[in-house]
Amino acid sequence: MSTTVATATEIRPFHVEVPQEQIDDMLRRVASMRWPSKELVDDRSQGVQLATMRELARYWVTDYDWRNVEARLNALPQFITEIDGVDVHFIHVQSPHEDALPLIMTHGWPGSVIELLETIGPLTDPTAHGGKAEDAFHLVLPSMPGYGFSAEPTELGWNVGRVAQAWAQLMQRLGYTRYVAQGGDVGAAVTDTMGRQAPEGLLGIHTNLLVAVLAGPQSTETDEERAAQEQLDTFRQSGFGYFLEMATRPQTIGYALLDSPLALAAWLLDHDTDSYYKISRAFVDGEPVGNLTRETIVDNITLYWLTGTGVSAARSYWEDALALAQARTSGQAPPAVSLPVGYTTFPGELFRAPRSWVEKSYPNLTYFNEADRGGHFAAWEEPELFSTELRAAFRSLR
Amino acid sequence: MSTTVETTTEIRPFEVEIRQEEIDDLRRRLATARWPGKELVEDPSQGVQLATLKAIADYWAKNYDFGRLEARLNALPQFTTEIDGLEIHFIHVRSQHEGALPLIITHGWPGSVIEMLDVIGPLTDPTAHGGDAADAFDVVIPSIPGYGFSSEPTEVGWNPGRVGQAWVELMGRLGYTRYVAQGGDQGAGVTDAMGRLAPEGLLGVHFNFLGAAPRELLMAALNLRLAWSADEREQFSKFLAVAMRGYIAEMGEHPQTIGYPLLDSPIGLAAWMLDHDADSYEKISRAFLDGQPSGNLTRDNVLDNITLYWLTGTATSAARLYWEFAQAAPAALKHPPPHVSLPVAYTTFPGELFQAPRHWVKQAYHNLIYFNEADKGGHFAAWEEPEVFAGEMRAAFKSLRTKGGPS
Repeated sequence: MSTTVATATEIRPFHVEVPQEQIDDMLRRVASMRWPSKELVDDRSQGVQLATMRELARYWVTDYDWRNVEARLNALPQFITEIDGVDVHFIHVQSPHEDALPLIMTHGWPGSVIELLETIGPLTDPTAHGGKAEDAFHLVLPSMPGYGFSAEPTELGWNVGRVAQAWAQLMQRLGYTRYVAQGGDVGAAVTDTMGRQAPEGLLGIHTNLLVAVLAGPQSTETDEERAAQEQLDTFRQSGFGYFLEMATRPQTIGYALLDSPLALAAWLLDHDTDSYYKISRAFVDGEPVGNLTRETIVDNITLYWLTGTGVSAARSYWEDALALAQARTSGQAPPAVSLPVGYTTFPGELFRAPRSWVEKSYPNLTYFNEADRGGHFAAWEEPELFSTELRAAFRSLR
Repeated sequence: MSTTVETTTEIRPFEVEIRQEEIDDLRRRLATARWPGKELVEDPSQGVQLATLKAIADYWAKNYDFGRLEARLNALPQFTTEIDGLEIHFIHVRSQHEGALPLIITHGWPGSVIEMLDVIGPLTDPTAHGGDAADAFDVVIPSIPGYGFSSEPTEVGWNPGRVGQAWVELMGRLGYTRYVAQGGDQGAGVTDAMGRLAPEGLLGVHFNFLGAAPRELLMAALNLRLAWSADEREQFSKFLAVAMRGYIAEMGEHPQTIGYPLLDSPIGLAAWMLDHDADSYEKISRAFLDGQPSGNLTRDNVLDNITLYWLTGTATSAARLYWEFAQAAPAALKHPPPHVSLPVAYTTFPGELFQAPRHWVKQAYHNLIYFNEADKGGHFAAWEEPEVFAGEMRAAFKSLRTKGGPS
């Protein structure tokens, strides 16, 4: 028995090595794409536009090289460890500065650790990026189960609550006894849940998406609140299809996501209006916004393709929808977050959460700020600005 | 000018021709499909099951006869004609019986004219199918714009109402001055629009899906004077659940996004088309896994339909009809279209998404002249049970045949 336990908690180094034939097969499929006709509108209102997809396909086949990001990943300390029956992949970069604050950051959908790569420098090595030594973090960037290089769950139940528990275990296994957690999108749900579970050692959390809006309606008394509600309504009325499909039928949409690289690309690109237009512009006009470049976007799509995780990632929505429905039926509210919470509202996010909404969710709000740029993928798009937010948000907890 | 008009109203014979290289490409894609792992449940609650889709792909690639589609369609009189700027494909079979009643039947999604092929015999030639000569219909089965062999709209605005107008033009062009119309699924939306237009010559309509009257139905739900039974409440929750389906939301919001998967991946297309309603999914799944089809929903017939979508490359344009419907819906709720005053007939099939009770239908259509609950058949009633469906058509429209009948 003791041998098994020792093996199961082992932390093994990990390197990405994709066989060339898998890359060749992917590009052959991209090149033999059977295209639909052009949408009948001149904007995003019928979905991802043909011109954007055509340019993405051209770039993928003729200019893109997976080996660049493979080298970037392999230049970082990557590991695998088994937690709760699933092999969890994570990047773990320790700061050269003593007393750095350990921070676990969780990506979302349609993201991956790719979103967070450019924050590693500013967060772990602040003195090289306009910060001070006392701003340093030790950084842990795990891939969610079913995403990227983490294994797919082979049984039901891997909702954000279970992921949150796994993260607490991961931090403990790494020897961190005092740490903070951060997340946006699905990662915000994981991080919010960690806050509610309040594992020993967790000092506080920061999120950049207010997950409370999933649980019920928010107040609409002020102009700011009404504006945010309007943005949410627009999303629910015109951008909710992907969410509903993955939450109810992940397997059905999964077949095409595994079989067609450009189907996968379109599905991943169709997230929110702000990021869609930024990404579209990067391809069609060659004008990226911040770090949302053609290369990093295709890095992320290619990661989903090569790891074949389109379905398992979609299933996380199914799990969370089930957990949410069960929580509603039980009528029991989840425990409140009593730990300190930091929150940053980015202007391009799905909705601009006003301070009042965030305070209602998190009475112990120790930091709130409205950043002046950045969107749903804030860490990806504006890594320096994002890092500054984390420094400010967690300063009082050090 | 007169030359142009003549050209555009011309009706041209049509034959399906499928190129071998397209079949070869499809087979190659099926052979090289990259499959996900199995769903984590033992039922369809995560979507189309891996075993079902693998059985379909296997049969499609190895056993399905690609000549079937061409042969079945080309055995029928098919035509195209330009209406409102689009080439409309239709099957047109006249009965040999004099006094046959002209009937235009509209398919839905994820269907096509394939759904209706086996009702043609019983409807046009009733004496060979247990009916009387007096039950005969002349049958017109068009492909909705963007579906099958009709051309794709190249501008926005082709909602069910505009399709209904095109059908009126088509029936006029065929010389029919007294006719009836029928539809389920999206075809019910088109047929409902025809009923509201009440064009000259349209005598009445029949539905097998109550989809085009959400306002009336919601009003009915709010009407406290109606004492609903437990079963009615259950049907209403099923009706509401229809609106919360991922495929409807996705096609209604972003048809282009889902269009890439549907054009590029045959297994992606098959899965998307199969995931319609629990009843037909289970029946189709059983046909492939156990070789036990329900009625006429056989493996070959199911694949005829999926193959038609694949070879015509119309899944994106077909999905756009949902977008058009979603665009038109808010205006329709705000400014309700005219009531249907024409005679309406309705058949509830037991496997349908929800079993509309008579008084819902009556609430939506005041001039309800026929209502029946069939004892078998589901969402694809005409496809699954062509004889039962044809029997419903005969009974539903019987009273409208005599000139001066109810109106």
